[in-house]
Amino acid sequence: MSEYSVIISNISKSYGDVSAVKNISVNIKKGELFGLIGPDGGGKTTLIRILTTLLKTDTGNATVEGFDILKEYKKIRQIIGYMPGRFSLYQDLTVEENLSFFASVFGTTIEKNYALIKDIYSHIEPFKKRKAGDLSGGMKQKLALSCALIHKPKVLFLDEPTTGVDAVSRKEFWEMLKNLQQYQITIIVSTPYMDEAGLCDRVALMQQGKILSIDSPLNISKQFNKTLFSVKTENKFKLLTDLRNYENMNSVNAFGQYIHYTDLSNSNETNKLEEYLKVKNHTVIKIKKINPTIEDCFIELMKQ
Amino acid sequence: MNGTPIISAKNLTKKFGNFVANDNLNFDVYEGEIFGFIGANGAGKTTAVRILCGLSFPTSGAIKIAGFDVYKQTEKIKKQIGYMSQKFSLYDDLTVYENIRFYAKIYGMKTKEIKTKTEDLLNELNFAHARDKKIRDIPLGWKQKLAFSTAIFHNPKIVFLDEPTGGVDPITRRQFWDLIYKASDKGITIFVTTHYMDEAEYCDRVSIMDQGKIVALDTPVNLMKEYHSRNMDDVFIKIAR
Repeated sequence: MSEYSVIISNISKSYGDVSAVKNISVNIKKGELFGLIGPDGGGKTTLIRILTTLLKTDTGNATVEGFDILKEYKKIRQIIGYMPGRFSLYQDLTVEENLSFFASVFGTTIEKNYALIKDIYSHIEPFKKRKAGDLSGGMKQKLALSCALIHKPKVLFLDEPTTGVDAVSRKEFWEMLKNLQQYQITIIVSTPYMDEAGLCDRVALMQQGKILSIDSPLNISKQFNKTLFSVKTENKFKLLTDLRNYENMNSVNAFGQYIHYTDLSNSNETNKLEEYLKVKNHTVIKIKKINPTIEDCFIELMKQ
Repeated sequence: MNGTPIISAKNLTKKFGNFVANDNLNFDVYEGEIFGFIGANGAGKTTAVRILCGLSFPTSGAIKIAGFDVYKQTEKIKKQIGYMSQKFSLYDDLTVYENIRFYAKIYGMKTKEIKTKTEDLLNELNFAHARDKKIRDIPLGWKQKLAFSTAIFHNPKIVFLDEPTGGVDPITRRQFWDLIYKASDKGITIFVTTHYMDEAEYCDRVSIMDQGKIVALDTPVNLMKEYHSRNMDDVFIKIAR
């Protein structure tokens, strides 16, 4: 048995003139929580649709649990769960009817795999007689995940499950995914939220159909080869402008209340920068060396 | 903050039958302020924004937008505001120029003024080469910058931004915020709803809604102090959980 659940070899896919996925190769381990991280147009959805056998590649090949995505697509469909980006359950069926329907399509019952979905489904079970269309966003998401899991898939594909979802629901959703890992399900999840990368075992950072980097979040951070500082003063907009005009400036990016800054000199020295900011009339100057986030790394990789 | 508020909401309440979507909201927003409007899905943000834009009437409360009353002067309010949403902003099958002209005309701008201002805008955004391209053929990041610029093209007092930066790459997202800072610097008030908690930290003040009520309203720094949190994400989770 291979240690890999999904093996992707040199896959490319174009829509007319638009090249959506450009020669991508990735191996995803069994039981891994693997993140496809990147903005819209990165190729995340196309890649997921290829792996779920909903779309054919132009060139390249892939296997899911040893099955070929072209020749053995029917076998793949039986062993994967898929939660598309748009809510795609039956709006005019009840919660319970949707779940039973998905169970019966895969030749199983709710009772048989209840343990697997219990943590998730128990949140919406009190509303099981309600039509799916009448659920709140967070509840729809839980129902969709329950339906994608009801046949105990070996591989679970989630296409932007947390897009447009508030911070609390996002946190809950990731806790559910973490819990699912105990069942040795391989989970492939895409997201535009960079802060979610840290919750994955490994990630592929994707931009315009290409993979910028594949590694654990920690290793990606370690590859950031500049000394990074967070800078803060009383006037943020002025600080942004002044830092951009600073002669030693290499990069300036707003991160929440701070500005992340790298210097051409790349030393740990901050005296010169502090002097410059004082001359520019900044007050309450705070400069601190920090570790890069995935978003810092993504920005840096985009420039290369 | 000082001066007369550009948005003043006193006891804003909106009910749909027995359901209280907005429960006695009180807040003021000042000229040039970047005001963040945060809350879980279903907390009542959209309902409130629709009232502030003059698209829906409150059940009760006294609300003034740029000095105009939300019960009687909604048409005047609409002229003073701009609106941009991630879901819909520009017409895909119109060109960049046609979109700008369309919006400008709706707000009653003169053809000559539209022409000169468009050239200025396209140069400022480095979009001059894309003037006659259809919106569907330009990248998402450009669309968002253009949508924002179109929303403030008629020089409104307030611009409402509904989840403006969803789905764009981190560099484009920051370029977008540069435009917001610039507009605020010019005195335009920015009222923004977002799910990105780091963006909440870019705001001058943030209000957090939960189940129809405003449960916190302060500067991000003060909120982080009050809730002993390192960032707004923590603040939000502590409040909403």
